[in-house]
Amino acid sequence: MIGWRIGRREFLKTAASGASAAVLPLSALGQATGGRVVVIGGGFAGATCARELKRRDSRLAVTLVEANANFIACPFSNGVIAGLREMQDQQFGYDRLAQDGVTLLLVAATAVDPPSHTVTLANGATLQYDRLVLAPGIDINWDALPGYGEAAAERMPHAWRAGAQTVLLRRQLEAMADGGLVVISAPANPFRCPPGPYERASLIAYYLKTKKPKSKLIILDSKDAFSKQRLFQNAWAALYPELIEWVPLSSGGKVTSVDPAAMTLTTDFATHKADVATIVPPQKAARIAGLAGVADRSGWCPIDPVSFASTLQPDIHVIGDAAIAGAMPKSAFAANAQAKACAAAVATVLAGGTPVAPKLINTCYSLVAPDYGISIAGVYHPVNGQLVDVEGAGGISPLDAPASMRAEEANIANGWFRTITAEVFG
Amino acid sequence: MLFARAVVVVITFLSPGAHAASPEPPPGAASCSGCHPASAAIATPVPPLRGRDSAEIVTAMQEFRSGQRPATVMGRIAKGFSDDETKAIAAWLATQRD
Repeated sequence: MIGWRIGRREFLKTAASGASAAVLPLSALGQATGGRVVVIGGGFAGATCARELKRRDSRLAVTLVEANANFIACPFSNGVIAGLREMQDQQFGYDRLAQDGVTLLLVAATAVDPPSHTVTLANGATLQYDRLVLAPGIDINWDALPGYGEAAAERMPHAWRAGAQTVLLRRQLEAMADGGLVVISAPANPFRCPPGPYERASLIAYYLKTKKPKSKLIILDSKDAFSKQRLFQNAWAALYPELIEWVPLSSGGKVTSVDPAAMTLTTDFATHKADVATIVPPQKAARIAGLAGVADRSGWCPIDPVSFASTLQPDIHVIGDAAIAGAMPKSAFAANAQAKACAAAVATVLAGGTPVAPKLINTCYSLVAPDYGISIAGVYHPVNGQLVDVEGAGGISPLDAPASMRAEEANIANGWFRTITAEVFG
Repeated sequence: MLFARAVVVVITFLSPGAHAASPEPPPGAASCSGCHPASAAIATPVPPLRGRDSAEIVTAMQEFRSGQRPATVMGRIAKGFSDDETKAIAAWLATQRD
């Protein structure tokens, strides 16, 4: 219906201009008169949004700005670290988005000027937008952990943006002698993929148990509680007894500094010498969010939960890990769901309508072993300017489920990855 | 040329309908495709929903909500939707085609 309204209005406007009706409507169709939308970031949020905008209204001129020619997915990258998958299973291209009519610009965005509605690119070009969607993901907050910087990450990989870091951590584990100590540092909330550090611990433990059984793994945690905690801990007791030790904040788990040369991680109570260390570091919305003025002092981006419009700058929307999405976690599923809601809102607004309040779902699977999957789900809606849990819905897999259900959820987890990557990139 | 112009004008009048996207998904519906594949070609144990009979979807959701139908995650998700919301989502899914 929106398409009809706009189309008719555009036609009348064009006809009223006095120009030849034979020429202008054609050029108007060709140039997509529905409005100009620029999307920055080609991950689960941005790529979904760009594609969905074209699906909602094919006349929108949609440009996706992404610095990398290929996307490397973080979900399931813990499996690569543990030797269960290969990097090529994580990589996706943007050809299908281009086929859908999305204009691809494989170049970094270096500045956003909200008053003039302009994006500047690394090649010096500028783009005008009617609406800008920022889906930039995370940056590592390099100032937050003393001793941990980009050079340190070559000794103690974060592997929290999948790619070379993922391979590096895998190689370090492969090179470690049996009987070694692996240390994982987990950050305070909020951060990308809340169950991720614990899935990583689980799959590394699986690797150690099968390949280097005299080894140990310690998780030093800046929190006293974590996502799917009871499910993980029950699974660890069953699958990896004596192998995984979790040190919560209240037991001195918070890492206060690291020394990559000595391979040590220091907490308030002790210094741990690791053979392999992976630091899941403190994070913030990626740099372009700060440059655009949509990140607040927390480092993340406050949004209106109906339209995902920034509360700090006009005509800019923020989706995915960079956004403050209330009860929704920073997950690929959430990013994909938010992107579709945001695309509907942007298409509606550009057609002169008012977005309706969305309802959103999140489902996150974690693998504790290749045939042992667990999940958390939630349903969310906007209440008083926040995305909150719909009461009575959501939650984690049953604590007392039989092995058959763990195997079924592992199977569904694998199916989920194939489905969502097909929807976004396929 | 006159003939061509007439055709163009007709196309312009008709094209908005052709350009209109499929009906807006009702609240919640767009999230389903995060797990439910667009087609059976994708290897996953999760069933496709597009084009499926809406009454079937409504019944399944009611049974997931009550616990009558065994589930992994759908019992937890179904509890987040009212009967009216479920019906709207099911009706929209039934209209979806590749």
